[in-house]
Amino acid sequence: MKEQLLMILEKNARLSVEQLASLLNANPQQVAAEIEKLEKEGTILGYRSIIDWDKTDRDVCHARIEVQVTPQGGVGFEDIAARICQFEEVETVYLMSGGYDIAVTITGKTFKDVALFVAHRLSTLEGVRSTATSFVLRKYKERGCNLLDLDGDGREVTCL
Amino acid sequence: MIDYNSVLSSKVVAMKPSGIRKFFDLAAQMRGVISLGVGEPDFKTPYAIRRAGIESLEKGKTWYTANAGLMPLREAIAAYLKRRFALEYDGAREVLVTVGGSEAIDLCVRALVSPGDEVLIPEPSFVCYDPITTLAGGVPVAIPTTAQDKFKLTPEALKAAITPKTKLLVLPFPNNPTGAIMAKEELEAIADVLRDTNIMVLSDEIYAELTFGSKHVPFASIDGMWERTITVNGFSKAYAMTGWRLGYAAGPQPIIAQMTKIHQFAIMSAPTVSQYAAVEALSPACDAEIERMAVEYNMRRSLMVDTLNRMGLTCFDPRGAFYVFPSIKSTGLSSEEFCERLLMEKRVAVVPGTAFGASGEGHVRISYSYSVDHLIEALKRMEDFVQQFKKTE
Repeated sequence: MKEQLLMILEKNARLSVEQLASLLNANPQQVAAEIEKLEKEGTILGYRSIIDWDKTDRDVCHARIEVQVTPQGGVGFEDIAARICQFEEVETVYLMSGGYDIAVTITGKTFKDVALFVAHRLSTLEGVRSTATSFVLRKYKERGCNLLDLDGDGREVTCL
Repeated sequence: MIDYNSVLSSKVVAMKPSGIRKFFDLAAQMRGVISLGVGEPDFKTPYAIRRAGIESLEKGKTWYTANAGLMPLREAIAAYLKRRFALEYDGAREVLVTVGGSEAIDLCVRALVSPGDEVLIPEPSFVCYDPITTLAGGVPVAIPTTAQDKFKLTPEALKAAITPKTKLLVLPFPNNPTGAIMAKEELEAIADVLRDTNIMVLSDEIYAELTFGSKHVPFASIDGMWERTITVNGFSKAYAMTGWRLGYAAGPQPIIAQMTKIHQFAIMSAPTVSQYAAVEALSPACDAEIERMAVEYNMRRSLMVDTLNRMGLTCFDPRGAFYVFPSIKSTGLSSEEFCERLLMEKRVAVVPGTAFGASGEGHVRISYSYSVDHLIEALKRMEDFVQQFKKTE
């Protein structure tokens, strides 16, 4: 049940325990207990909305920053990663394979916010060798949701 | 002025249009309707299969194929039937690629039925068997199945329907619209009735990949039944390939050969691009795709059965296809009234059970080939609708 439950919640976290139980052919108490367990052990980290801010008046500016670092003896990348995670405007921090080490995504209000963050806070961290910042121009798909108005139900009326 | 009614075939004019369409034509003119009526997968064809079709076009494979279908496809069909269902067919002689399972059904009936022959059709079932039989000059004989029997065909009902004129039995399992399946022992009991007769069997197994809790048992795999069975299947439901229009029939060579004759005059050959795509679909690599969709259907099925039962529309546990067939008797309405009022009052479209034969009265067909969010919204509206009948009790 665990994997299936997580896959459902990943797509839609707003289903009631009863609805989840129906989908999983399980009883609601069981499902509630399983969710609680998954939350406690940190498998489920949270429940968030996926928002298209472009539909609002709020200004947002997203960027991806490729960071090259000098790993430190004993702690490797963990220490620098932990320090990058501290910044509130940072959304994701991933250790990457390939030409750079750490991928950071960040959201600020404006282009300038992001630029200042990189110049003053990120690149000045000890161990950061270089940064390369790319700004997001437009989002087409966010966490599985299409932001473009793609085809709806294209099925036509037939006799079966 | 030509009086068209006098020039048209009286048989065709007498054919009733499908009862499924009526509601959807009505629903199509209304705003805000949420449909639970469509009998085709909501999934798109898996990408690898689409890609194979595109590649065949890029390479310019735009000619007819052999009448019976591409040889590699017929071989792939034989290999697939063996791999997934332990059925043995010779791809070169015992498999015919058709334009959907529908064409295979039509060919099979036309190849077997002489004027006056009776064709046994368990009901409720898919709407095409009856008119196709009539067009072929045969006589459709309905065998009603009931909710008490879980909409299975019983050997008693079969025996009672057999006459010296019986030519063909249609076995539509897993069943549209009821979701009923037949277990091995139940098929064996049917086989016992048929064993000493010359009755042929058209086993429509288009939903074979969509069974829940047990694996589909093909009728041809039952001891002694291979020689009298034409297995009809296709790509529409299992691979979400409805628009590609591709199916097939597999059976004894003398029958497939006659069906191929009709097919070559009426159709020539099934669409070439679809056949190339289908070769890819049948590769073992695509088995995982089928299973992924089946898992998703099973969750929705569970949601539907559970929620409908709770709102008082009792439904037996459908173990196949992607339909639930709840009883609406608790509302006191007929199937048609229920569907009409549900559509008018709550803007939810479902199909009356009577569209699938008279024995479907008291039931409606609900398709769950929709996203969970869509299903939940529709169920909510249905619950509101059903509520009014509880108060008056």
